Amino acid sequence: MSSPDLSVLIIDENRIRASIIEDGLREAGHFRVAVIHDVNEVARTIEATKPDVIVIDLENPKRDTLEHFFSLSRAIQRPIAMFVDRSDGAMIEKAVEAGVSAYVVDGLKKERVKPILDMAISRFNAFSRLTRELEQARSELEDRKIIEQAKGILMRTRSLSEADAYALLRSTAMNQNRRMVDIAQSLVTAADLLGP
Amino acid sequence: MPLTHLTAGFLPLFDSVLLVLAQEKGFAAAEGLELHLIRETSWANIRDRAAIGHFDIAQMLAPMPLAASLGLTPIATPMITPVVLGLGNNAITVSADLWKAMADQGAQGDLAAGPAGAALARVVAGSSRKLRFGVVHQTSSHNYELRYWLAASGIMPDRDVEIVVLPPPLLPDALSTGGIDGYCVGEPWNSIGVATKGAHIATVKASIWQSSPDKVIGMRAAWADEHPDQVSALIRAIYNAGLWCADPANQDEAARIMSGAAYLDTSSEIVARALSGMLDIGGGVTRQVPDHFIPHAYAANFPWKSHALWYYSQMVRWGEVTASAENAALAAACFRPDLYRTALAPVSAAVPAADYKADGARAEPGEIEALNGRLTMGPDLFFDGRIFDPTAVDAYIASQRQSG
Repeated sequence: MSSPDLSVLIIDENRIRASIIEDGLREAGHFRVAVIHDVNEVARTIEATKPDVIVIDLENPKRDTLEHFFSLSRAIQRPIAMFVDRSDGAMIEKAVEAGVSAYVVDGLKKERVKPILDMAISRFNAFSRLTRELEQARSELEDRKIIEQAKGILMRTRSLSEADAYALLRSTAMNQNRRMVDIAQSLVTAADLLGP
Repeated sequence: MPLTHLTAGFLPLFDSVLLVLAQEKGFAAAEGLELHLIRETSWANIRDRAAIGHFDIAQMLAPMPLAASLGLTPIATPMITPVVLGLGNNAITVSADLWKAMADQGAQGDLAAGPAGAALARVVAGSSRKLRFGVVHQTSSHNYELRYWLAASGIMPDRDVEIVVLPPPLLPDALSTGGIDGYCVGEPWNSIGVATKGAHIATVKASIWQSSPDKVIGMRAAWADEHPDQVSALIRAIYNAGLWCADPANQDEAARIMSGAAYLDTSSEIVARALSGMLDIGGGVTRQVPDHFIPHAYAANFPWKSHALWYYSQMVRWGEVTASAENAALAAACFRPDLYRTALAPVSAAVPAADYKADGARAEPGEIEALNGRLTMGPDLFFDGRIFDPTAVDAYIASQRQSG
């Protein structure tokens, strides 16, 4: 358990990802965690929670706003973007690839901050993996629906059994070296065009 | 021969046009390059992704390579620019309410920076609250331009008004929801503010400082050292894109390309305003802005070291950098006219022989002696009549200190 006394602020417009990070921090023993979804709330939150580390997603278009606010703020005197030690290039690269950026209050020791950043990076990566898998599952479901529709059309128009309709789609796809869902999609589109 | 692949970051702003045209119209391919263009959401991302090498090159604000090389940025990687993406393109847009107040104080609606600034100063003096202006990034031409205009109009930026930072696409919304009273940004975001938020363009960069630089192609200094042939090829591609873009016969096509979903994603009619300089400034008034955006003429793509020094002088003025001979030298070293000349030598293009020039004395276009011929230089007046002499930067900084 590392530096449980650090105060961490998470800024993420994606509420689900923000809560995944928050959970991770709490599991690691950090209880001073604040989450906001809009950079505009940052002034108030910083006054209230005095964060040592601020984690923000790279997609957030208001990173410039946040940095400018730091440069004016008295609460955070001189935050160092990304990392305490500017020379840690590999770490910075990992963070940017994961889509996360962090600001650390000047003077904090690297070893106190690193576990927090490691955690944020791995949770960001896990979240994108999850999003990708979800997207894949969703598109597989869509594919299956289209194949079902195409099967129905074949069964109706050519009086085929379900198994034969499926076999016909499959052999056509194989003969044409195309995906079954593409054959099914063409069939559905054609049927739509030809009317009821 | 296979094309060399370069990853290039950009922001949805009209003055990414030469980078986009270099790819879309084949000027990059003609030089053996293929540009993979990636639209980013913030200048902070452009800065960080360029610094760690995700981008080989990127559209940057002209002061960004300086900020990186002077150690103002989180990942202090020295950056350079060997080619400028044109001159001009910015304007200062205000809310309908602020424009009404300025008009009541004598603003003429002719976009001239002097009278508009004087009217704003009277509004600021009589206002019960601090007006708030948006710029796109701290070390941006917009920040320094807006501050220059305010200060020369008798308004102290950090005392009399508040300046906040927002990315370009969010500025029109912030104006309409009352978060800010005005903003300084490149096109098309002024025209979009006028068209969708009832805003009014108060003045333009072309009036604050004529023929002045704004965006550049930035890259890591180490990358440029390691890839001299690609740097040269890129400079020629941008130069030729500028030549093509400057031809009035190509303006419609350029506007159409830039209006596409991958770039500005807005109507080509709005995009075309930046190129023609015919700006709808609000209230049904259209004005022709002379030299609003200069893609090629007046040696527009040449990286003058004196321009780097002007940005350095403003960084000192607003407390971002300490004045020292060492910092001035670091700043000047970020602009690389030597690389520009080397790239264009094989095509015998006319290029300036000097690395430095004074700004603020030329009221009309005029010819200068150049390598491989003569070049017409544009008017380069500052609206307050000051002269920037790159051989006397310290005196310039001192005079600006005195005037506040």
